[in-house]
Amino acid sequence: MTLLADLSPVRRIREFNLTWSDVGPFLALVALLVIGFAINPEFLSTTNLANVITRSAFTAIIGVGATFVISSGGLDLSVGSMAAFITGVMIMFMNRLAPDLVGWAIPAGMAMAVLVGLFCGLGNGLIVTVGRIEPFIATLGTMGIFRALITYLSDGGSIPIDRSLRDLYRPVYFGTVAGMPIPILISLVVAAAGAFLLYKTKYGRECSAVGANEDVARYSGISVVRTRTVAYVIQGVCVAIAAICYVPRLGAATPTTGLLWELQVITAVVIGGTALRGGKGHIWGTIAGAVILELIANLMVISDLVSEYLVAAVQGTIIIIAMLIQRFSK
Amino acid sequence: MSAHARIEESRVDALAASAIVANSVEPVLRAENLTKQYGLATVLSEVSLDVLPGEIQAIIGENGAGKSTLMRILSGYVEPTEGAIWMEGRQLSFLRPSEAQEAGIALVHQEILLADALTVMENLFLGRTLGRWGLADDRRMRRLAAEKLAEIGCAVSPSAIVGAIPLADKQLVQIARALLDEHKVVIFDEPTAVLTGEEVRRLQEVILGLKSRGIAVLYISHRLDEVQQLADKVTVLRDGKLIGSYPGRTLSQMDMARLMVGRELAALYPEKASKPSGEPVLSVRNAHVPGYVEDVSFTLRKGEILGFAGMIGAGRTELFEGLIGLRPARASVQLDGKPIHFQSPRAALDAGISYLTEDRKGKGLLLQERLAPNLTLSALARIHPGLYLRRSREAAAIKEAVAKYDIRVKSYSARAGELSGGNQQKLLLAKVMMTNPSVVIIDEPTRGIDIANKAQIYAFIRALVTEGRACIVISSDMQELIGVCDRILVMREGRIRGEASGDKMTEHEIAFLATSEVVGPIGAGDLM
Repeated sequence: MTLLADLSPVRRIREFNLTWSDVGPFLALVALLVIGFAINPEFLSTTNLANVITRSAFTAIIGVGATFVISSGGLDLSVGSMAAFITGVMIMFMNRLAPDLVGWAIPAGMAMAVLVGLFCGLGNGLIVTVGRIEPFIATLGTMGIFRALITYLSDGGSIPIDRSLRDLYRPVYFGTVAGMPIPILISLVVAAAGAFLLYKTKYGRECSAVGANEDVARYSGISVVRTRTVAYVIQGVCVAIAAICYVPRLGAATPTTGLLWELQVITAVVIGGTALRGGKGHIWGTIAGAVILELIANLMVISDLVSEYLVAAVQGTIIIIAMLIQRFSK
Repeated sequence: MSAHARIEESRVDALAASAIVANSVEPVLRAENLTKQYGLATVLSEVSLDVLPGEIQAIIGENGAGKSTLMRILSGYVEPTEGAIWMEGRQLSFLRPSEAQEAGIALVHQEILLADALTVMENLFLGRTLGRWGLADDRRMRRLAAEKLAEIGCAVSPSAIVGAIPLADKQLVQIARALLDEHKVVIFDEPTAVLTGEEVRRLQEVILGLKSRGIAVLYISHRLDEVQQLADKVTVLRDGKLIGSYPGRTLSQMDMARLMVGRELAALYPEKASKPSGEPVLSVRNAHVPGYVEDVSFTLRKGEILGFAGMIGAGRTELFEGLIGLRPARASVQLDGKPIHFQSPRAALDAGISYLTEDRKGKGLLLQERLAPNLTLSALARIHPGLYLRRSREAAAIKEAVAKYDIRVKSYSARAGELSGGNQQKLLLAKVMMTNPSVVIIDEPTRGIDIANKAQIYAFIRALVTEGRACIVISSDMQELIGVCDRILVMREGRIRGEASGDKMTEHEIAFLATSEVVGPIGAGDLM
């Protein structure tokens, strides 16, 4: 029997074929900068851009974690109230230590925040994986729990950071290193670490595989429970890092801290090119998405074209457009 | 089908000459010169067909012969590139299945297309709810549903939830759905693939019932014994072309196979092992998989290809999924003489047991991913011992696999979903071998792939065991098992019912063990 060759010989091993979801967010970012400059040249000033990007840092940092959760096929609605809860616990912890430790209370508080974030993420992850509850429902539940806990801890009011720590802690948000605002630096470091983990390690490969097709992952000997749970833990740690940066800006944790952040974060991830159904995650796209969201808000404030009260409407429109692009570019 | 299917050209010619040329009765359905092209590929080429009232016409052919395309054209799911269809002398120009149904043609799909969350009755009347003044008339629908189900001998209640009934009953519900309206032509696309002995018999009664009411039946099946029993006329397709239509019962199963294949087949299967199998590698005692498998014991030897035969639902896949930790199971297993128990597929892989799933698109490959990540997915730790992934190692691995398993790809950066079924299967085989297993379990090695790729895969499987590994092949294709395996175990209803080896490795013996009843003659016809 003859086995006919029906295909041309194999071509070179490396090829770069970029898709819309790879470059789209960055093109949108550039387009937005150009439009902004046309409307108001002040928009491109270093001060304004630094301000805007600093403000986007929280969304970006949490978004890196969300990229892991979403590309592993999950979803986390609890990030906003988790951030508030972590901030509250952290401030209370620091305030308690401040009389004895003074400045050392801050790193202790930060370590506490990371620990709390880790356990919050672990809780979410175990409910979803071991408890086999839909991520939407599981994190809707914990969202309510975290929000209620911060309301309870603050007694409905606010938990302000101790006077003795306020000035010491201030540079974490308002300081710069070599002219670069610290929150921007931190978000770049988090994104670089996230990109390394997602694209260059075995865990990252397994995370995408679980999100792309849970059955294929299982049949390939990958533990779906472990992989997904770790994604939620990464998310929890990212929320803690964002909370640590956020403390100086507000000076207190209140029941409204981090309200609706989950929507901002999910929007940033989705317009960054990561598919909500799981699979391939786009870390740098998420960063671009977070910046895009803040740029639009900023643009609406400094121009008189559209009322700034409509910011949320414009962001809502953008997420829908991003989803439509994902659907039709297939 | 190896040695005994050697073609005598003269016999094929003689058979071809016996084809029916003209009919005396006016056909109810006539297809003329149907051609279907997808881009440059012609999947159906000038096929003409007459279907007479009250006739059971079987359509046979290999995978890719164009049977399904032809049936989809006749039932309005696919538009032909060229050709015409007449129904009782009136030319049809339908573009939609609903128009074909109005013309009196119904198709019973091969796949189960029912809504699991709804009841049997709701499924039967889905899209054509009976009612008055906008209200659903449940009582009337339930009565009609019960009647129709009874007519085809299906015992499920109309109010049962479809998701909870067995697969075979779902197939019967699907048939009931197609028969709900009065049709002039009913097309069955491999209706018996998921049915077992008794259900097959009932379905055949249903078909004979249709015939007696003057309804024409077009019947696609891979089971030539069924075709021989039932068909009044047998139409053979090969490579998208019509080979001919022949009066039923004049063709033996061997004749049908010859007409379907039409060429030398001796090289399809590799030579069997020359030396006897070595020492036991895998020994399984008293395996239980709750709900699927009861008390199964077997031994796999080094250098051996052991086949597992049985009907769909016999528990073969579940047995091995249980043994490697993909589903809960109990068994005492020894690998190379050491007792083991796998809690997870990872543990099985690490111990040297690899499983190739029957569902390559759903469970085997990440279709959106490129080739290298697919190839290395179950062996990441082995290929990348350090902290991070090394591109160069992946590139080398895929290059080697593409060469070794002759995977035809346009470029290394292609995505797995872009490969043909045969090449996907070869990629999957390469993936399963990446963990360097000593025992390879292959579930349905060649489902839905063409004959050239089949022959290659059989050769690869034989090469695996020649290298000193041991292999288990699960297949629903009895000829494949007979052609490839050194020994075959037959399962039925979760238990091993017997072994076929040596001279007893025949389709008849396996079918007998798999159903524990000789597939009895319904119309006429004799078993070969």
